[in-house]
Amino acid sequence: MDWHFVFSQALTQAIGPTMLVYALAAIGLNLQFGYTGLLNFGQAAFAAMGAYGLAIGVVVLDLPFWWGIGLGLASAVVLALLLGIPTLRLRADYLAIVTIAAAEIVRRTARATGLSEYTGGSDGMRGFSEPFFAMNPYPSEATWTFLFASMDGGRLKLDFLLFDLQYSNRDLWVMTVGWVLVAFFLVLLGLLVRSPWGRVLKGIREDEEAVRSLGKNVFAYKMQALVIGGLIGAVAGFLFALSRANVQPDTFITDFTFYLYVIIILGGAARLFGPVLGAALFWFLYSFLSQGLNQGIRSGAIPEDWLSATQVGPLVFFLVGLSMVLLLIYRPQGILGDRRELTLDVR
Amino acid sequence: MSDSEEAVTAEEQPSTVPAGIAAARAALADVPAEPGVPKLDPILNATGVRRAFGGLVAVDVAHLEVQRGAITALIGPNGAGKTTFFNLLTGFDRPNRGEWVFDGRRADRMRSYQVARAGMVRTFQLTKALTRMTVMDNMLIGAADQVGEGFWAGLVHPLWKRQEAANREKALVLLERFKLIDKRDDYAGELSGGQRKLLEMARALMLNPRMVMLDEPMAGVNPALKQSLLEHIKDLREEGMTVLFVEHDMDMVHEIADWVAVMAAGELITEGTPDQISADRRVIDAYLGAHHDAAER
Ligand SMILES: Nc1ncnc2c1ncn2[C@@H]1O[C@H](COP(=O)(O)OP(=O)(O)O)[C@@H](O)[C@H]1O
Ligand SMILES: [Mg+2]
Repeated sequence: MDWHFVFSQALTQAIGPTMLVYALAAIGLNLQFGYTGLLNFGQAAFAAMGAYGLAIGVVVLDLPFWWGIGLGLASAVVLALLLGIPTLRLRADYLAIVTIAAAEIVRRTARATGLSEYTGGSDGMRGFSEPFFAMNPYPSEATWTFLFASMDGGRLKLDFLLFDLQYSNRDLWVMTVGWVLVAFFLVLLGLLVRSPWGRVLKGIREDEEAVRSLGKNVFAYKMQALVIGGLIGAVAGFLFALSRANVQPDTFITDFTFYLYVIIILGGAARLFGPVLGAALFWFLYSFLSQGLNQGIRSGAIPEDWLSATQVGPLVFFLVGLSMVLLLIYRPQGILGDRRELTLDVR
Repeated sequence: MSDSEEAVTAEEQPSTVPAGIAAARAALADVPAEPGVPKLDPILNATGVRRAFGGLVAVDVAHLEVQRGAITALIGPNGAGKTTFFNLLTGFDRPNRGEWVFDGRRADRMRSYQVARAGMVRTFQLTKALTRMTVMDNMLIGAADQVGEGFWAGLVHPLWKRQEAANREKALVLLERFKLIDKRDDYAGELSGGQRKLLEMARALMLNPRMVMLDEPMAGVNPALKQSLLEHIKDLREEGMTVLFVEHDMDMVHEIADWVAVMAAGELITEGTPDQISADRRVIDAYLGAHHDAAER
């Protein structure tokens, strides 16, 4: 059994483009759920606003790339206002119901046959990412070797003996942009959550009536958190669309949002670095299990009549779920959380 | 009323008679004990306030004026509508009808946060400490007009660091006074029930309110803390604040209230000094009618 391959794949995924998409979307959700206590179950819809805003802007409306980005961001703000205005004055669970429904409406609208002229229907859209990759500074043809790093026809390989990391020059560009965005939003949120503004958000999470009784316009703060978290979700959507050079309606299923919650809880809610650590762990675990089981079957270490290759997918989700349960039993505050907070008597 | 002098000397305040209590008792001395009676200088003036939940009329107060600078107790059996009345006055609930003026401004259309900014700050019958925040953060969030509470300004530390430092100073003074100073870095969720009541009151004072509305501040508090809560409430009066508080225990009411308003079945049935109220047959009936045991005096 090829452990080198399994580890290499898992670690490549743990810091790769897809992980960055989830990390960004989770950073936005962490502001909403972790700090403000808003139950947004429609982060997938905000990512879809970004992805489809960009794709429709460039492909259908023939706008320049940056206008497409602007359209994606504007759509996310509009969605946040549409969802927030009727629900944020009501009890917390109303937002949860409305956002989960809205996410499905967005996805089903995107895949509707009647609108496929504008959205590409269930096939999705492509042909909007060229301007992004035209900015790619990593050459596609270079070949060199330096210590443990080597470049072969634009493919970077970092060899750490026990495992290696390999990325195409397109991946490298997506990752560069993705990590810069992650760093930017972490700095932004770090400043915000340590400010009096962030203190009001945490107060709202604890008890919004108390915060109201202290003269704060709770509705306005919740709306700001929803909009900003949604905008970060849209940025994750850009990265998602660009990293695959296409948009697909079914990447924005509710599962996407649920994984974000897994990631936040794994890393520790209301911890600045929680979403990034959670996303890295999630994708490491996910790839490690899939690749490990596949390798096990291929090498004969797992007998064919125990497990077939088609059963690996569902089993991986079962095992990811099981590890979540174990985490909640043994470390309910998440990796970065503070156990003391959970033992508090919330009366 | 001539016995107001006696009441003052009976206070356990050292040497001189505190100015606040003297002024409050003097202002209420000649006010007749009738429901809805006008006061010399009302900070709150409410008329025709009604709130029904389906068929149940929870509040139907024809008229109430609250004397500025005095401690007024709102008493009445369970379910009389006291909390609902508080919720209405502070913007946490909307009346079916009714209007009121707080400190010269119409307040019946204000939202709860606007009421607080206007200077009327409440506490809750079920204490609302922000449990997963420190005691200090609970205090700081109370401060009014914070520059750093704006999104953009929040990003720029130099814009708000001096105000924050001043608020922290103020919070430390209040925490010292409410004997919570040693707890300042603990989570509010680690405090006892009585300490949470103290924290809630201290936090309300961070707003520099002109009127403090306390919903059963003494409920569930051990006797030692009860005494210190009483002293804190008296201090508010000495600082010129008006206090309206809900309480069941007539002993407590007697000890600190300058005036008592009595609610039963949503209506204001009578008002008067503590002595007048405890002698009032209607009050005893209202309590006994509700099988309540707090009206033994
Ligand atoms: N949200 C509500 N919905 C329905 N009935 C309510 C509500 N709030 C209070 N009530 C009813 O209104 C009456 C007054 O309640 P409340 O104001 O809590 O009384 P008090 O504080 O004097 O004990 C009670 O009969 C109570 O059951
Ligand atoms: Mg009550």
